[in-house]
Amino acid sequence: MNAQTQPEFAIETRVVVKTYPSDFGDIQAVDGVSLQVRPGEFVALVGPSGSGKTTMLSILAALLKPTAGEIYLDGQNMHELSENDLVTLRREKIGFTFQANNLVPYLTAVENVELMLRLNDKLDKAGKLRARELLARLGLGERLNNLTGQLSGGQQQRVAIARALIHNPSLVLADEPTASLDTERAYQVVETFAGLIHEQQRAGIMVTHDLRMCEFVDRVLQMRDGKLVKEYTDKASIMKMVRGRAND
Amino acid sequence: MKQVMEISAFLAFKEIWRNRGRFLLVALVIALITLLVLFIAALGEGLGNGNREYLSKLDAQLIAFQSKSDYLIGASRLDRDRLASIARVQGVADAGMLGASSANLILPGQEEPLKVALLGVEPGHAGEPPVVQGRQLGTKLSNEVIIDRNTALRSGLALGDTLEMRVTQGTRDEYYKLRVVGISGGQQYSLQPSIFVPFFTWDKVRPKSEAEINSSDPIANIILIKLDDPAQADVVRQRILSQVNNIEVATISETIQALPGYSAQQSTLNTQGGFTLFIGLLVIGGFFQIQILQKVAQIGVLKAIGTTNKVVAATFIIQIFMITVIGVLIGSLLTFLFSLTFPPTIPIVFNGTTSAIAIVALLLIGPLGGLVSIRYAVRIEPLKALGLSS
Ligand SMILES: Nc1ncnc2c1ncn2[C@@H]1O[C@H](COP(=O)(O)OP(=O)(O)O)[C@@H](O)[C@H]1O
Ligand SMILES: [Mg+2]
Repeated sequence: MNAQTQPEFAIETRVVVKTYPSDFGDIQAVDGVSLQVRPGEFVALVGPSGSGKTTMLSILAALLKPTAGEIYLDGQNMHELSENDLVTLRREKIGFTFQANNLVPYLTAVENVELMLRLNDKLDKAGKLRARELLARLGLGERLNNLTGQLSGGQQQRVAIARALIHNPSLVLADEPTASLDTERAYQVVETFAGLIHEQQRAGIMVTHDLRMCEFVDRVLQMRDGKLVKEYTDKASIMKMVRGRAND
Repeated sequence: MKQVMEISAFLAFKEIWRNRGRFLLVALVIALITLLVLFIAALGEGLGNGNREYLSKLDAQLIAFQSKSDYLIGASRLDRDRLASIARVQGVADAGMLGASSANLILPGQEEPLKVALLGVEPGHAGEPPVVQGRQLGTKLSNEVIIDRNTALRSGLALGDTLEMRVTQGTRDEYYKLRVVGISGGQQYSLQPSIFVPFFTWDKVRPKSEAEINSSDPIANIILIKLDDPAQADVVRQRILSQVNNIEVATISETIQALPGYSAQQSTLNTQGGFTLFIGLLVIGGFFQIQILQKVAQIGVLKAIGTTNKVVAATFIIQIFMITVIGVLIGSLLTFLFSLTFPPTIPIVFNGTTSAIAIVALLLIGPLGGLVSIRYAVRIEPLKALGLSS
């Protein structure tokens, strides 16, 4: 197998460590995390508050440099890239949805999605059409020209999902996409998200504290105190974990 | 680079357009500041002009004063012997005496007399203003007068009219009548409209102290010197100083700077203008800084999804520039409309150069005021998008 030309994993980390200095000694926010995600695989990163999920996501997003360890995106070692290259990497290879303030408020839904193509200098007729089709698939066909303020939280998250996918990134990162949604909408959003990730063969990683959302993912990685402590790799064990928690 | 500008312009326009109320408000504040700055500049120009107009329009390059008079026209006394000596100096094309005083014009049908500058000049020599209507002064001792445009406007006097003038000589009020033979362009002196009479007539009709009434020798204040070659001013100045006793020689601009109150007034108005610009700087700086504080998360998201700092900075610069330009345009237009409503007697003069300098300064305060915000925007970390900071 040739990892150089045809990496098996869209994203791979090797023993990533992130240490924050503090007055009470160093905090190991991420403590030796190794993970791999294949194209077309949707993974949930779960764990209690303070377990290091957001820190790990920031490192995967090339927004934060790890204290130690390596990250490969499409086989490229991020450590070897300059600050400018990392900006380009985020723009071309990564799609994002954030917990809040996802969208540019002075752009319409479709303009927000097109922005990703614009930034990559790839906004052509075909791109514009794809942006509209994608939004329509996410149930926003009637909302294309609405400003962010005129959309509900769920609609905003769906626009963000479209923006995260429109430029065909290798990796899609979602930070608590359901945090501001009611249960029914949360299910809808994550289900659509999972569908698109599978269909378009992206590697998806979603940070969530809502274990019920794991119903739609292929694998669950559980963190505690900066470490990966448990992994659920098959649908049956995931569903068991979800039900077990939901019944608590 | 082209792509940076395209994206920045797109983001800048969209944001301004979708928040046009807010941006328009700031543009209006800039417009008001523009109005204020342009008016202060025009007032400075108008007042300065009212002080120096006659001097700055002179067809002469040097002015001779009595020595130790500190270039003050009112403090200088020169007699005709000096005129002859100066006229003989090589490089001097022409020299004329100037006597400066003031008088009250008695206007039929008006209670208040019109205070004017009464200037004695030598017909046909440096100091006599060119007329735009009628003719120049005739003989040396005629009872003729040239009035400037401002006097004509305020008094209603026309060519051929007889002007009546009241002056105090010793302890008595004397009345003199002079015939208006010419009207010159604006020639204000000491913030007053001016009238010009032949020098010897001036010496007869000017306000005098008791002592002066009995002296027969006509005394002027200063002597205006026109040179063969204005570029030789320094050389000729030295030559005059070495050949004529008890005088000092100034250029026109030195004389203007020494006019009583002139420099103080100009610097006061310049300070006011500068201060207004500074307030504008703070307003624009404050507005964009507040804006950016509200947009930290938003800018963080833009950077997280791969927007470069160049684009973020360029977007701000375009916005600041647009708002400033729109504000200055509106302000200039308002200033123009207002200026149409002013009567000519108000000392407000829109001078092209002064207004241009003010407008350039106004256009610069936007980018300057926004500098801090741009720096701040560039420094926002994309991690803010995740609610984290490093
Ligand atoms: N910028 C920071 N400086 C210092 N400590 C931090 C910083 N960010 C996070 N931490 C600490 O790192 C640990 C993991 O935080 P985080 O990644 O936010 O966890 P989670 O997202 O799972 O709640 C926590 O103990 C948190 O207090
Ligand atoms: Mg978190």
